[in-house]
Amino acid sequence: MISFDLLINAIVAGVLLGGFYAAVSVGITISFGMLDIANIAQPAFILLGSYAAYIFNSAFHIDPILVGVVMTPIFFMIGIAVYRLYYYCFEMRNEQAIQGLAFFFGLLFVAEVSLILVFGVDYRFVEAPYIGPSLHFGMFDLPLRMLIPCVISLAMIGALQLYLSRSFIGRAILAVSQDGGALQLIAANPTRIKEIAFGISIATCALAGTFLIIIQPVEPSIGRDYIGRIFAICVLGGMTSFPGMVGAAMLIGVAESITATFYGPSWAPAVAFGFLLAVLAVRPAGLAGR
Amino acid sequence: MNGAPILAVNGLGKRFGGFVALENIALDVATGERLGLIGPNGSGKSTLVNCLCGTVHNETGTVTFAGQRIDRLAAHRRTRLGLARSFQLPKPFHTLSLIDNLRVPLLYAVNARPGHHLAAAEVEARCHALLREVGLGDKARRLPRDLTQVEMRKLELARAVATEPRLLFADEAMAGLSPAEVEEILAVLFRLNEGGITIVLIEHIMRAVMSFSTRLAVLVAGQKIADGRPEEVVRNPEVERAYLGE
Amino acid sequence: MRTSTFSIVAFAIGLAVIVFTRVFFTNEYFYFAAYVVLQYVVLSTAWNILGGYTGYINFGISAFFALGAYSTVVLHKLPELLHDTWNLTIPSIPMPVMILVGGIISGVIGLATGYLTLRLRGVFFAIATLAMAIVAQTLIVNWDYVGGSRGIYIIRPAMAPLGGGYIQYLYSLMVILAVMSVCIARWIERSQLGLGFAAIRDDEQAAEAGGVPTLRLKLIATTLSGALMGMAGAPLPYYVTYLDPTSSFSLAYAVNAVAMPVIGGMTSWIGPVIGSILLATIQQLATVTISSALNLLIVGLLLIAFVIIAPKGILGVVEAQQRRRATRLANLAARPAQ
Repeated sequence: MISFDLLINAIVAGVLLGGFYAAVSVGITISFGMLDIANIAQPAFILLGSYAAYIFNSAFHIDPILVGVVMTPIFFMIGIAVYRLYYYCFEMRNEQAIQGLAFFFGLLFVAEVSLILVFGVDYRFVEAPYIGPSLHFGMFDLPLRMLIPCVISLAMIGALQLYLSRSFIGRAILAVSQDGGALQLIAANPTRIKEIAFGISIATCALAGTFLIIIQPVEPSIGRDYIGRIFAICVLGGMTSFPGMVGAAMLIGVAESITATFYGPSWAPAVAFGFLLAVLAVRPAGLAGR
Repeated sequence: MNGAPILAVNGLGKRFGGFVALENIALDVATGERLGLIGPNGSGKSTLVNCLCGTVHNETGTVTFAGQRIDRLAAHRRTRLGLARSFQLPKPFHTLSLIDNLRVPLLYAVNARPGHHLAAAEVEARCHALLREVGLGDKARRLPRDLTQVEMRKLELARAVATEPRLLFADEAMAGLSPAEVEEILAVLFRLNEGGITIVLIEHIMRAVMSFSTRLAVLVAGQKIADGRPEEVVRNPEVERAYLGE
Repeated sequence: MRTSTFSIVAFAIGLAVIVFTRVFFTNEYFYFAAYVVLQYVVLSTAWNILGGYTGYINFGISAFFALGAYSTVVLHKLPELLHDTWNLTIPSIPMPVMILVGGIISGVIGLATGYLTLRLRGVFFAIATLAMAIVAQTLIVNWDYVGGSRGIYIIRPAMAPLGGGYIQYLYSLMVILAVMSVCIARWIERSQLGLGFAAIRDDEQAAEAGGVPTLRLKLIATTLSGALMGMAGAPLPYYVTYLDPTSSFSLAYAVNAVAMPVIGGMTSWIGPVIGSILLATIQQLATVTISSALNLLIVGLLLIAFVIIAPKGILGVVEAQQRRRATRLANLAARPAQ
């Protein structure tokens, strides 16, 4: 028995990590899964969220999560602007495939380099009362800096799920994800709906980025580690389903946490990719359905 | 019927998620025949063509072409065996000139058959001949975006014919065309059939189907409900009900 | 021009350039700068064989490139290893062999990645390559033999074959690699293979229906493209003399290798050549005056600008202008004489 304690703690930490991964991946599940826009620049927006939290926290000592909440509408507007640009430049000209991907790739890179130019490559972090202390339950620890992001993230995803299934626009978004043409039948403008959906997908980055910088110190290039992770989670979770996505996020969180505990943290980034390749190789039919 | 079946389909089934697109389809196509395949929108006609040509794979049943099981072969292998199709929405290679559009099947389908090796000059000559045959002879160097809708349909047909098939699926080759243009395409199809190509015509325009087909098969909701001589099939009460409603 | 004639002429020009520069240019900096420009000619041409010709986007350039570099590190240390473990004595391995091995390793990785993901829509391939770069980096970071995360110092041999300094030697090899990749790209473009690639890029279903074995062709493209990237990376340890995962897996390689063909034009071999010479030269000149981060920012912005404003690159702009002039002339000729 190689320390049962260690394993249990790794699993608990993994579940908490998974809750945070769900917050990071919910945006891509909307944009890639539902709208079919492969926004590989998503991690860049998450990092922007982290740095926004950092700026207001270090300058005015505002609680990072509060910053995240306040920034959400601003990120929503940024998302709408990005979608408009994407729509006029690529979707309308029917050039999504190559040019669209190159566009988001350029965006990812420009964001990273800009952050380096402004903040340098030093690690930045935020301060809050819940970073540090832990709750103890018998043999396992629940660090608050992991627990709080996990809980809020699940609440956020629950709220989004409710919004999508109950509100008119939410249901229209789900309809777009099934069939872009069908919407015209109910007199909704698919472009407008997609714009709002994409706005939401970017808006989630404000809080996701805040969680990121609460969990760990941040520097501009760590966004890249999240590309494999979020797409793996989205694909593994079945592309469009939030519950599936949360399950996949927990799975990858636990797998990474166990890997980090028993093989060392430097191996963790490879785990998500392993999952991604396995899913792509083993059940391509289930994914290529779209 | 004038010959042994070139294509034999047995118990073919295909579902997408929970939706049953095709169920237990049995269909024989005789060598040299002109079969019309009709059915309302969403009845599974295009899915059937996709299954037979390898664009999607069927879950149950068998497909035998010229005596060989083909239902697990990749699409390009079926093309090389002599099964060709045109697409419902023309899919030209839009960055290639018309002649290069035809060069693709000649080099990759015809030249890939054992015992065939056309020299470059001969490939070129055949491309030109095919373009002339469908009336695009003077546009060999143009790009597909310069074509009208009917010309696009002709290119789509020419590209399928360039694979030198034994059996051709013409999937709605006439949708959206004027009556005169429909006649043009029909004339091309008749000529191809006289040249020895078995043709399955998937079509909505009943007048065209009736004048072209020697036999008619009807798909409704993923099932074949009728198969026989055209004039008998259209009088079949089940077909009338499916087509015209109650 | 026939492919064989073109290749002979291209290699002759390459040799002439090598001789000319090495006779008349004595400034070491020239060779350092020219090496980088040529390395980007190889990288962007290699990327374009897959991206431009078949339409499949590879974002994992740095992985293929760095694996080539790290295979050289292994080969560099191989004589020592053999000596220590089995008391075998072999001479140090010549650079061309290292380039070849780097090419083979990256080619095999390209084949494997392609085999796992190319049956899916292209976007999955793009994402898989992006993630693959992270995994390759993770492997190298955890592999102490090649320096791990600390990196490794490589001492350049004091003597270079063919005389001159070692950097001149690396430069000469890179000229030959660049000429070779351009010849391969141009040959593909004019061959049956290139026609098949174009068919895949335009419409994969129609290509299959036309008898094109799409999966096999895509695998050929990823293997070839990966191999050339590996070859471009193989001399890197001797060029930089200190190799570490962060710099060798730098996203800068990926962005440049994507931006150069996009800016030059992706449908012809000349596009990546124009793009890489232009962009890499500007960067080499600009590093003297502005920081390298600012430099890369400009590349990223140029990439976005071109994708939006001139998606067919410089070549596309030139072609459009020629077409316009041709129609204007035709209109003039058609006007009845007064």
